[in-house]
Amino acid sequence: MAESNFFGGLTGGLLIGLAAALLLLFNGRIAGISGILGGLIDANPISERLWRGAFIIGLVCGAAVYSWIHGGLPLQLQVRSSGLLLAGLLVGFGTRLGSGCTSGHGVCGLARSSPRSLVATATFIACGMLTVYLTRHVF
Amino acid sequence: MLPLISSFALGVLFSFGLAISEMIDPARVIGFLDVAGRWDPTLLGVMGGALAVTLPLFPWIQQRRKSLLGEPFHLPSQARIDARLIIGAALFGIGWGLAGLCPGPAIAGLASRSGGVFLFVLAMIAGQWLAARSTRAN
Repeated sequence: MAESNFFGGLTGGLLIGLAAALLLLFNGRIAGISGILGGLIDANPISERLWRGAFIIGLVCGAAVYSWIHGGLPLQLQVRSSGLLLAGLLVGFGTRLGSGCTSGHGVCGLARSSPRSLVATATFIACGMLTVYLTRHVF
Repeated sequence: MLPLISSFALGVLFSFGLAISEMIDPARVIGFLDVAGRWDPTLLGVMGGALAVTLPLFPWIQQRRKSLLGEPFHLPSQARIDARLIIGAALFGIGWGLAGLCPGPAIAGLASRSGGVFLFVLAMIAGQWLAARSTRAN
């Protein structure tokens, strides 16, 4: 991996936090991506799905515009197809069961001082670190 | 129509944040989670930057009776820390550590037109569907 990009991270983080705060201010919604995606599949009525669809399309378009400006996206996949399949299933199942992911629990939940989000965030970071330790340094 | 435009625009802004911070790159995320290797603090900067905005603004926004576009606030109502929360977060953490992808960066990463990212997102949707099905059955 290249040098750490702490200040790029800080700048990007400010934009992510701003987007989350403005979604709450304008739409009254929590910017939890797993929840937004999950509701796209089974939320009723249809108006519940429309704003979710608009946000998801915005996510893809934003990255597409960034990619167009910079001539590509910084994206190096770390595992093969079988790993991506298993990881995707775990991420989908786990975020639905645990009601949130990095954005919903990590960025929004912590800002709402939610004890549930604090426990969830500590749990997924610890399990992520343990998994990387086992896959990179043990097996 | 306005809520849809605002939702779309904020999806774009969120995505710029993911791209500029390089959180869209699984290598960055694995670098942060790899505490025994060459640890990469970038993700800590992202969380710090995001919380620097949301921590002061969320309580201030929630003092309003409804959102600017008229919708009431839709906030999670659960308060209990139960097994579902912890098992769910643990499974998510394992998947996150395996691939270095979580829902936001994976969806934004579709813009790379990488087949692997498509596969991950499809599996993620299948996983969500399975969880919704299995918890409804209980």
